Amino acid sequence: MPTVAPFDLDGHILAVEFLGDTPFFANAAGTIHRLDGGEKVTEAHQGMLSCIRDPYSGSLISGGEDGKVLRIGADAGVTELANAPRKWISQLAAGPQGAVAYSYGKSALVRLADGTTKEFTEERTVEGLAFAPKGMRIAAARYNGVSMHWVGTAAKPVDLEWKGAHTGVTFSPDGNFLVTTMQENALHGWKLDSKAGAEARHMRMTGYPAKVKSLSWSAKGKWLASSGAPAAIVWPFQGKDGPMGKAPLELGTRANIMATSVKFHPVEDILAIGFIDGMILAVRIADSKEALLRRPGKGAITSMSWSKNGKLLAFASEAGDCGVVDIAA
Amino acid sequence: MTDAIPTQQKPIPVTVLTGYLGAGKTTLLNRILSENHGKKYAVIVNEFGEIGIDNDLIVESDEEIYEMNNGCVCCTVRGDLIRVVEGLMRRPGRFDGIIVETTGLADPVPVAQTFFMDDDVRAKTELDAVVALVDAKHLPLRLKDSREAEDQIAFADVVLINKTDLVTPEELAQIEDIVHAINPSARVYKTSRSGVDLARVLDQGAFNLERALENDPHFLDHDHDDHVCGPDCDHDHDHDHHHHDHDHDHHHHGAMSPIHDVTVQSVSLRGGEMNPERFFPWIQKITQTQGPNILRLKGIIAFKDDPERYVVQGVHMIIEGDHQRPWKDGEKHETRLVFIGRELDHEKLEASFKACEAAA
Repeated sequence: MPTVAPFDLDGHILAVEFLGDTPFFANAAGTIHRLDGGEKVTEAHQGMLSCIRDPYSGSLISGGEDGKVLRIGADAGVTELANAPRKWISQLAAGPQGAVAYSYGKSALVRLADGTTKEFTEERTVEGLAFAPKGMRIAAARYNGVSMHWVGTAAKPVDLEWKGAHTGVTFSPDGNFLVTTMQENALHGWKLDSKAGAEARHMRMTGYPAKVKSLSWSAKGKWLASSGAPAAIVWPFQGKDGPMGKAPLELGTRANIMATSVKFHPVEDILAIGFIDGMILAVRIADSKEALLRRPGKGAITSMSWSKNGKLLAFASEAGDCGVVDIAA
Repeated sequence: MTDAIPTQQKPIPVTVLTGYLGAGKTTLLNRILSENHGKKYAVIVNEFGEIGIDNDLIVESDEEIYEMNNGCVCCTVRGDLIRVVEGLMRRPGRFDGIIVETTGLADPVPVAQTFFMDDDVRAKTELDAVVALVDAKHLPLRLKDSREAEDQIAFADVVLINKTDLVTPEELAQIEDIVHAINPSARVYKTSRSGVDLARVLDQGAFNLERALENDPHFLDHDHDDHVCGPDCDHDHDHDHHHHDHDHDHHHHGAMSPIHDVTVQSVSLRGGEMNPERFFPWIQKITQTQGPNILRLKGIIAFKDDPERYVVQGVHMIIEGDHQRPWKDGEKHETRLVFIGRELDHEKLEASFKACEAAA
């Protein structure tokens, strides 16, 4: 039976990420709390809006209501990467060679390791950012589609069009697919590996009762899990055409309790599903077998993170009742 | 299980402030932010511009209109508000309400619809009132050169006729007339330098069906004290349906004021007890087919054999309704509906409305 070490914080915790074996919790008030032989607190922002893990460098990148973009190291050392006074930095992405992307208004900005910044202007507000898994390429989600830019060149962007508001974006780990979350209760996908000049192929993933806020790719990229339903909706991406014409799996189904956060195990095809009431389930894809990791708590699960070896699962809640589940115990 | 469900926070009220450039929005905002009223407001503005107050709860946001993918052209929301409200509501303890300032040319509808159509926004906030500021001096000109000025008034719950010190009493009376012709159900206040009692602007509950009626028992009667018509204006407004043949004998106007540049009209309907099996399909059909022309819709419905009053509110194609309270002893079981919009066919509306009466 897994054991839960609770970690109660004040306020809305918007993200949790492991750096090494230490979980870092990002508080919307602006502080970073880490459990490193006791609680340690770092003042980062005057109001934090986003916090992600940079998979290339093993650090955190955060954006705030104070217009700052910060890098926070495993030792909790803070480096200011950018400062756009009075802008809200709610979109971030971490790329190769120390590149960091952020946005405000209609601008997507990429800051390179040497401190230079490239700006890409869209016609509409940038709502989501993602780096492609290969090459220095950034995707910016916006109204009516996604623009993909090569950061290092002046080449024209590739525009992927689909009517409606795209609020977030992610590449499949192999770079063959791009998927957006939408203002409508739906995902939209594009197959990117079609021949040059051929039209991108669309994937419509609809039927959600609520907006999709959380996405997670399985370790080998065979599955894409999503929130937005009273279960995790898991789309198959193992075929060359992705989920086209295939039905998704519904895992961890609960009567009318919405899944709010999903996170695949770093090695196994096991999915952690966090719910609006604070409950967390782990479900094995192969046989849909469920294990209860945490009973309902005070608030919705906002974020989860597995330790590198997959033995610990840290979770964050909008009511502040966070914790770490020891799977092996 | 019940104790596991997070306790519901009270929804945060949102006030939408509209008005043409120069109508006095910034002055009003500065007052709201600086006066000692014991409440704190987060303000979403298009540009920091002239707000001279340093307040970390002022958020700049680019108006970002989303059309919903449901084939309905009037189903628009403000995408930027969805994101900003989500951010603000992660730390709700910081403020008591949110104020959204729109640009002078903005259509107030997408802002209002955001609070009905987006589930996340709806879960945490509640549209309190749409407040339109009108520049008394320049309104006639504005009405000539734009449709937005008219829409802003038509859509408002509260209209502040500002800069009254810059016009003559006759001109002011004419402006009042125009405002009333465009929107007979709004509460209207006359001010200079945006000097209205903030209690008349904030925390109005005008979009909350129950509170709108609680606070304003004469909702849809529009003959309460602070209305421009004044307490002694007891003629029956509900028969004023076409503002073009506006036939009020308002004592304070003297002469009839020709209202040229007004394209918005209101249609007031009054009837007896309704048959719900006819009324609901009717109102659904009206809002579906005429939604684009309907800016606002408000009503109190008496259903046959129903001990409670039913209230409805609508914005374009969105319509909401709920039981409000039991009918009082001796209270007349009467149905009243007001449509504010364009190209409304009064006779057709009236005839089809009457056909929903239980006695029909």
